[in-house]
Amino acid sequence: MNTGTAPAPAPATDPAGEGPTIAVRHLLARIGRYTFLCAVLGFFALPLLWLATAPFDDTPTITASLPQFTLDNFRALLDNPYALSSLLNSVYLAAGTAALVVTFAALAAYALSRVRVPGRDALLYGLLLLSSIVTGTATMVPLFELAFRLNLIDSRLGVILILSGGLLPAAIFILKDFMDSTPTSYEESARVFGASALQIMRHIVVPVVRPGLATVGVWAVANVWGNFLVPFLLLRGPEKAPAAVIMYTLYTEGGQADLRLLSTFSLLYSLPVALMFVFVSSRYGFRFHGGIKR
Amino acid sequence: MAQVTSPPDQVVEGRRPATGASPGPDAAGLGRARATGFLVPSMVLILLFLVVPAAWTIYLGITNYRLTGLAAANPEIVGLDNYTRALGDERFGSSLVLTLQFVLGSAVIGQAGLGFAIAFALRDRRGPLRRVVEAFVMLAWILPSSVVAFLWIALLDRDAGTLNTLLGIPGTAWLLDHPMLSIIIFNTWRGTAFSMMLYAAALENVPRSHLETARLAGASTWQQLRDVVFPRIRGHVLTNLLLISLWTFNDFAPFLITAGGPEQRSEILPVYVYKVALSGGELGFGAAISFIMLLINLVIALVYLRMLGRRKEKA
Repeated sequence: MNTGTAPAPAPATDPAGEGPTIAVRHLLARIGRYTFLCAVLGFFALPLLWLATAPFDDTPTITASLPQFTLDNFRALLDNPYALSSLLNSVYLAAGTAALVVTFAALAAYALSRVRVPGRDALLYGLLLLSSIVTGTATMVPLFELAFRLNLIDSRLGVILILSGGLLPAAIFILKDFMDSTPTSYEESARVFGASALQIMRHIVVPVVRPGLATVGVWAVANVWGNFLVPFLLLRGPEKAPAAVIMYTLYTEGGQADLRLLSTFSLLYSLPVALMFVFVSSRYGFRFHGGIKR
Repeated sequence: MAQVTSPPDQVVEGRRPATGASPGPDAAGLGRARATGFLVPSMVLILLFLVVPAAWTIYLGITNYRLTGLAAANPEIVGLDNYTRALGDERFGSSLVLTLQFVLGSAVIGQAGLGFAIAFALRDRRGPLRRVVEAFVMLAWILPSSVVAFLWIALLDRDAGTLNTLLGIPGTAWLLDHPMLSIIIFNTWRGTAFSMMLYAAALENVPRSHLETARLAGASTWQQLRDVVFPRIRGHVLTNLLLISLWTFNDFAPFLITAGGPEQRSEILPVYVYKVALSGGELGFGAAISFIMLLINLVIALVYLRMLGRRKEKA
């Protein structure tokens, strides 16, 4: 039963004698299931076709079609002043946020996991609920205001801080789960030998929970990489804008969109997260840790 | 599997034996003071960029604050005017209805329904078919939203879109004639992966022998689902519905496709707030609507917790 779907050969040895009806039913169920899966595959693959064909077509159109193969389109990327720099901006935002989230969340999760703070669980669930409720869209007015007062408008640091604040509760939640399931005996013996709390953290705890840190890091990068709203709200001008915002301006501003640029840029911008996904799923198996998307 | 997404209470109950009560109050010798020090950086960021904005929304909502002009310099407290105005506003009302359609259509029916159906159809397969289907569903989920938004604009284009070419009906303007249907199907496509993965994990908890027994007893697929599968995964279903409802309710991605148009026919609440507050400059009024959104989110969360609680009482 591991590989087969319905027990197809059953009718032949069916002892009850109601073979035909059951066989027909199983056959129908099986056909139904394959038809359904093919439809699903078509539905999910169809919009992606264009991303696979247009970048390599010498005259890209809106329609997905077999390309007249060329790599010339990628030159359009070099001609656009903001295309490559926006990808760098995205890297900067994603790396900054991931570093901040992983560091802070690891410290907080460790403290929450090892020291009995009164009201710890309530605090954790409260924050988690808050972070899923208070999303960027519901609080965009005060976020904009706050950034304005703190002089963080048009500042990449502002975007990093705001994104980190939103990701931290879930990150702490995930990491505390990892910390809770590691034994404390190493820490106890290190302490006997006089290691300080930060030393214990760096040399014992971090290596043990590294998969957890990697999970949170990847999750944070994926979140920031695709985030459109926060940089769209806070950053003025295209010099600092990350790829998400530049991508949007490419097809909304200035009349006819340049499909060469648009298609190659989409592909280049999508590639890092797609590769990261392949890497994570082949290395760790894609485990479910609360979702990459928020 | 499904560690974080399984209902919070279950995670805690499941984990507690691992920590046990054993490691004493403080195995690592951290001490209260240092533990607090470890907590401070996170808490400062969370307080500043999560709690403060939430509280600020409440305050701004009772002012006539604007982005520009006289009221920008001296915002006045206008009490509940913004709220009475919002509740009497036809545009707000229709936006709310559209949002509910969006959540019900794309999250509850679309993502949860399709996600479960895929997970169920793939439940006992291991081969390449499963990997390919899962990879495409996942790809739709992990690609950046501004990229997938354009992919859908291209797919649905009136004259040269791939969909119209395939169906042989050029000239059908999906985004103009059926904007809501378009963004509902788009969001189903976009977010099904999460539900699929969650239900795939949940279905592993349903003993195969029980399904087998039910099937041999002649139960139809629907009966198997109702009597064997659903009672076991109800907690996962609730968690899933809560999360995807909240995410969908606050989703800004449809803005990238239709920008709320044409004629506000796909203007869901997040797009409405953006237009009123940041394009229109009425920050106070926008904040009031944001606060109403927060309240609705809270109600969704409470209804879920309530149902989860009732489920536990029954068990």
